[in-house]
Amino acid sequence: MTHVGLEHYLIVSALLFALGLLGVITRRNLLVMYMSLELMLNSANLALVSFSRFNNNLNGQVMVFFIITVAAAEVAVGLALIVALYRKRQSAHVEDLTSMKL
Amino acid sequence: MALPDILFYVFAALTLLCGVLVIANPFSRNPVTSAMFLVLTIISMAGLFALLHAFFLAAVQVLVYAGAVMVLFLFVIMLLDLKEEERRRIKIFSLVAGLVSVGAILFIFTKALATAQPGKNLPAPTAEGATAILGKMLFTDYLLPFEIVSILLLVAMVGVILLSKKDLK
Repeated sequence: MTHVGLEHYLIVSALLFALGLLGVITRRNLLVMYMSLELMLNSANLALVSFSRFNNNLNGQVMVFFIITVAAAEVAVGLALIVALYRKRQSAHVEDLTSMKL
Repeated sequence: MALPDILFYVFAALTLLCGVLVIANPFSRNPVTSAMFLVLTIISMAGLFALLHAFFLAAVQVLVYAGAVMVLFLFVIMLLDLKEEERRRIKIFSLVAGLVSVGAILFIFTKALATAQPGKNLPAPTAEGATAILGKMLFTDYLLPFEIVSILLLVAMVGVILLSKKDLK
């Protein structure tokens, strides 16, 4: 087996992104879709950290730090929106939230 | 094979396995199990960060994601009481659409990886971790984004308090 390099990390990151995308498209529960979104965000973080490591450039790690911060804020706002939606509709399912559909 | 390589394969396998169990758990369709497996995914990803010598980010990943964000998720899941949601099935159409788009994006990724070959002719990575340099960069080159992010957190906090008020106008 070869030495673990940049490609290995990038493949893991790509697979994780694909998993998150699959979750967003197939699952119909708003909360699970949101968790899949977090998975995709994390895969981008992994790609940035591995590029930063193998190019000896720390800017990538600073970027990941900011992404984690923004993701925390985004999760808080998103979950508050979901709770507000649930109060109005009594459902956290995307199939029940179709009033803007044509 | 050296120890870091073995650890890479262990952590990568754990990350991907728990990631699969987040989106499709054959034993339980309860969102709480998904959230728990997301915690495991994030922790094993912190292990990958540590293997990449990003020790500070590994700690932040465990503290912020596995700690704060997942507590928030679990809190909301408990609050919403999603018991009756477990019965619904995945539709065939959405499964097909998902598999097609995932196949397309994986094709693009592998094609890009094969043509660009980003791992070729790279210098050998330096051995030491870089937390001190990272902190210095954060407070010199990236001082303005750092302050803006703190304002963003404040704005998000105010917004969340407003959104969760009872009589939302």
